[in-house]
Amino acid sequence: MSADTSAQASPSTAFSQWANESVTLLGGLGVLLAEIVRRTLRRDFDRSELLRNLYRMGIKSVPIVTVTALFTGGIMVIQAAPIVQRYGAYGLLGWGAGFGTLREIAPLLTALMINGRVGANNTAELGTMAVTEQIDALRALAINPVGFLVAPRFLSIVVTLFLSTIFSDALALFGAAYAGWGFLGVEPGVFYRGLTTGLLGFGDVAHGLEKSIVFGVVIGLSSCHFGLSTRGGAPGVGRAVNATVVVSAAGIFVLDYLLSFALA
Amino acid sequence: MTSSTEPNPLTLANARSPFAAALGRVVLEQLEEVRDLYRVFVLTLHYSVRGEANRPAFFRQMYEIGNRSLAFLSIVMGFIGMILVYQGGLQTQRVVPDLSLLGATFLQLLVRDLAASICALMLATRVGAGIAAEIGSMVVTEQVDALRMCATDPVDYLIRPRFLACLSMFGALVVIAAGVAFLAGMWTAYAFFGINPHTFANVSMVSVGDLTIGLTKCLAYGAAIPVISGYCGLTAFGGSEGVGAATTRAVVNSSLAVIMLNFVISGAGYLIFG
Repeated sequence: MSADTSAQASPSTAFSQWANESVTLLGGLGVLLAEIVRRTLRRDFDRSELLRNLYRMGIKSVPIVTVTALFTGGIMVIQAAPIVQRYGAYGLLGWGAGFGTLREIAPLLTALMINGRVGANNTAELGTMAVTEQIDALRALAINPVGFLVAPRFLSIVVTLFLSTIFSDALALFGAAYAGWGFLGVEPGVFYRGLTTGLLGFGDVAHGLEKSIVFGVVIGLSSCHFGLSTRGGAPGVGRAVNATVVVSAAGIFVLDYLLSFALA
Repeated sequence: MTSSTEPNPLTLANARSPFAAALGRVVLEQLEEVRDLYRVFVLTLHYSVRGEANRPAFFRQMYEIGNRSLAFLSIVMGFIGMILVYQGGLQTQRVVPDLSLLGATFLQLLVRDLAASICALMLATRVGAGIAAEIGSMVVTEQVDALRMCATDPVDYLIRPRFLACLSMFGALVVIAAGVAFLAGMWTAYAFFGINPHTFANVSMVSVGDLTIGLTKCLAYGAAIPVISGYCGLTAFGGSEGVGAATTRAVVNSSLAVIMLNFVISGAGYLIFG
């Protein structure tokens, strides 16, 4: 809709409109984050909702995280294979695949999958509640929607992504070890030795896990914000879901870049 | 349903081994889903060859899928280029001090895998969610049933234009996004490691095999994303919550399909081209 109007408007109007929207979005995210942090610190949120969401978001995502991680590990080894063969550095395969997997690919791909599964679903749910005035009904009952709906979802998305990243780190290395065996004939034992000979440390694992926390904050915050601010009936829910996956994915990549410098 | 005199074989199996029965049920359901998906894919191909051209819908979808994804993909790929060159350079410095092959290796990786795969993952989120939400809301508001009443197959009318548009625009998007990623990587290499752009822009390591693998991936992803998302949209049920569920399924399934296709094509490419 905004694209149609901006196509007719002059570029400067379109730009100021875009800037206005961006600042509004960032402000909304900031206010929501402050409210969530305040409630979390005072432990003023619904515990049973937190547990329910942890199950729905965390446990139910295990299958797709497993499949993604196993294949990702395999892909990393296949991409490293030509370079490894050229130099004959089979002992370094574990290091090469492990470095890329632990620091970048496992946190990134896990975040993208959780964004698609959990983030989109969360926005659709909150958006449906918003357009059917269920959130107004909560307010009328003197139940704060942030404490009851948003804070538990936000916390469980962050926890889910953190734990899923640990899980997918391990599974991706497992997949990589066996893909290396299948394609290059490198024994899994050699692969694991390459991982542990000292070129990789706990710092590399921690680097990926720190990123996963930030990605979790991005996904949780944007999916809750877009869900709560949904307007315009069922089509509005569709638009909100679309906006949340796009904004989260772009946010994940931009913050990944900034974090790579900040944590290097 | 079996008659009441004979014991139902399924209940018997359930009683003997509940775990195996549960596993078998999941496998059967998944196989059925795959068979339906395959049917939609074949129908789409059939209509793409046989059906009469619907130019306006095709161009509108090309604009929706192609032009409107360009800014998003360029931003993401630009950052990917910067991250990879920075992290790669940092790691290479730990092992070998010579960074002159960084650009050539980066370009090979970009052509062989990353440009197509990262673009496909991003497109699966943006375009996949859009297609599923659009078709899904048509299904739950019974517009698709109305189409059937008019003797129009929804696969022909809704999925085919999206399929053809995605197939034709995806390659162009990947080329542009890869260019952005390469320029961003070149800038990073110059700014952080002092590598001359002339040394960085080294195409000597990109072989015909790499290009073939990259283009095969473009075709495979471009075909998979609209078919899977369209299928998820067509199987939506149950009001606006159903549309939300269909959108989620579309994003997850097309992302999984991209990762699996990547594994298969990369593996085959490695075995064929080395």
